[in-house]
Amino acid sequence: MTQTTDPYADSRETTEGRVYTVTGGDWDSIHAEDPLASERIVVNMGPQHPSTHGVLRLVLELEGETITEARTVIGYLHTGIEKNTEYRTWTQGTTFVTRMDYLSPLFNETGYCLAVEKLLGAEVPERATTIRVLLMELNRISSHLVWLATTGMELGSTTMMIYGFREREHVLDLFELITGLRMNHAFIRPGGLAQDLPVDAVDKIREFIPYMRDKIEDYEKLLTGQPVWKARTKDVGFLDVTGCLALGVTGPVLRSAGLPWDLRKTMPYCGYENYDFDVVTETTGDVFGRYLVRVNEMRQSLRIIEQALDRLAPGPVMVTDKKIAWPAQLALGKDGMGNSLEHVRQIMGQSMEALIHHFKLVTEGFRVPPGQVYVGIESPRGELGYHVVSDGGTRPYRVHVRDPSFVNLQAFPAMVEGAPIADAIASGASLDPVMGGVDR
Amino acid sequence: MFGVSGSGDTSGFGGLVRPVGDPHGAQRPYGGYFDEVADLLAEELAKRDVGFESAVTRVVVDRGELTLYVRPERIVEVCQLLRDSDGLRFELCSSVSGVDYLDAPLSTDPTEQSERLHVVYHLTSMTYRRRIRLEVGVTVENPHVPSVTSVYPTADWQEREVWDMFGVVFDGHPALTRILMPDDWDGHPQRKDYPLGGVPVEYKGAEIPPPDTRRAYR
Repeated sequence: MTQTTDPYADSRETTEGRVYTVTGGDWDSIHAEDPLASERIVVNMGPQHPSTHGVLRLVLELEGETITEARTVIGYLHTGIEKNTEYRTWTQGTTFVTRMDYLSPLFNETGYCLAVEKLLGAEVPERATTIRVLLMELNRISSHLVWLATTGMELGSTTMMIYGFREREHVLDLFELITGLRMNHAFIRPGGLAQDLPVDAVDKIREFIPYMRDKIEDYEKLLTGQPVWKARTKDVGFLDVTGCLALGVTGPVLRSAGLPWDLRKTMPYCGYENYDFDVVTETTGDVFGRYLVRVNEMRQSLRIIEQALDRLAPGPVMVTDKKIAWPAQLALGKDGMGNSLEHVRQIMGQSMEALIHHFKLVTEGFRVPPGQVYVGIESPRGELGYHVVSDGGTRPYRVHVRDPSFVNLQAFPAMVEGAPIADAIASGASLDPVMGGVDR
Repeated sequence: MFGVSGSGDTSGFGGLVRPVGDPHGAQRPYGGYFDEVADLLAEELAKRDVGFESAVTRVVVDRGELTLYVRPERIVEVCQLLRDSDGLRFELCSSVSGVDYLDAPLSTDPTEQSERLHVVYHLTSMTYRRRIRLEVGVTVENPHVPSVTSVYPTADWQEREVWDMFGVVFDGHPALTRILMPDDWDGHPQRKDYPLGGVPVEYKGAEIPPPDTRRAYR
């Protein structure tokens, strides 16, 4: 470290060098000069500010209304999910990773499961893969809807906020019907899915598609040509392709700058190469471009959902490998989740071995051959990567998540320094950060 | 929890030790684009009068992924060449993560095992749609790795995370401070020997031990 004093932090010497402590509440010592007489103001935005999309803290240095320096402070939500997975079985890992980026839980689950399956060398049944695609694209819509809703609210459109959350409810209803839960599903498991689609799911999703198409038109009518929306978003938070690549920014932000980089097309997984859809790009590289990219991505997602529904063929949703798949298949009873009576009768009355095997698989879990893999998928925010290491045991040795929000947030100072403080809201929102994913 | 010692496995099969196939030291041809990447990197290194072996200690091909084990002092140079050479063009540093190989030495080489802290870089070539992995191993006594932020600015936060969680010091990093833990935190939580500090939970008379002391199956 070359800097010897930092006005923002006390310091102490350690064996690793000087360590700074940012405590807050010590502004008098930092600001010796009279803040009223000085033009330079330091504003702490967050961690509870509603427009920071969670617990993000922005330290903004202002010269009048212009931001001269922006710093992002994260870590207020640190849940230790990566560490926690090391103390659970491989299957239980999905219940943890689904809680990270809570707006796109099914992407977290799929990414993690793809990594574990690559380690296992397991081939997932066709139907399970198709349902995964179906769920992911529904999830992309619900995630983009929250982005539209919150960004709309932050820029003054409470109508958009209500619209966005209203339609998201419909997607969450579908999730509830399919997985039993509205969030934190743990539905996608290493080897396939926890259970098959319920009987009326396909009809419900088919009803949803034209409804959603219609609503997207409404959003465009409300926002795209609107003068206030354009004034708040056009030429705001500019970041070009070079800047994006240097800072590792992926997803809609990169595509708004004009590079059609979408892992679903460029490095396909889950059979995305067999679906017919377009990678949406804009060339403006500003918040307005990111808005258009996200809106049009929802339309493309609907196209993929339609194709996935047509593709659904009957079949198993779990690998046939008895060392991975649980012998018991959960059934959704009147009282919620449970086992089918038929199954309980069979496993308890006739098959002691299956019962023992089931107990061992649930309590011990399965073993995964040693090695490491990296799998990246296209989440609503960009490349969601899973670096998973196994030592051959029944627990993950290390799960590292390359969360897109974490990497994208680094671009925040590059977007806002030199801009008015009002643009900080729009720029930060356009990155669509989810702090649960940032802080893992 | 049940007074079990040893593995806790009652099946009789838990104690079986299977020989682990050594995934290290892949032989040519590596297959796919891996040979081309290795050849071009060797060529570029030779232009700088650096032998391939003096920069890359080992090449591993496992599960269709290429891993190059790089000497710490060469990592910036290797990244620079991988990013800038015409045939390589790894423009995007997707991920930097750390792994603490305390009780799972993947290597059969005894000198390797003391280098328990590994920094793993995942690079993506958007031009050629390829991915490779670089891995650097350092010891806890001397956990110094040069920072690659000069090549990949995106590694800034990721290296700070690895420092915070594993205690790897990235020399030349612009601001190597903690990022997830509070600034005055002691220790590096994701090291394998970091105590979890959980407390047992009592529920209806039964006591459930904290996760790190629960029965684990190997």
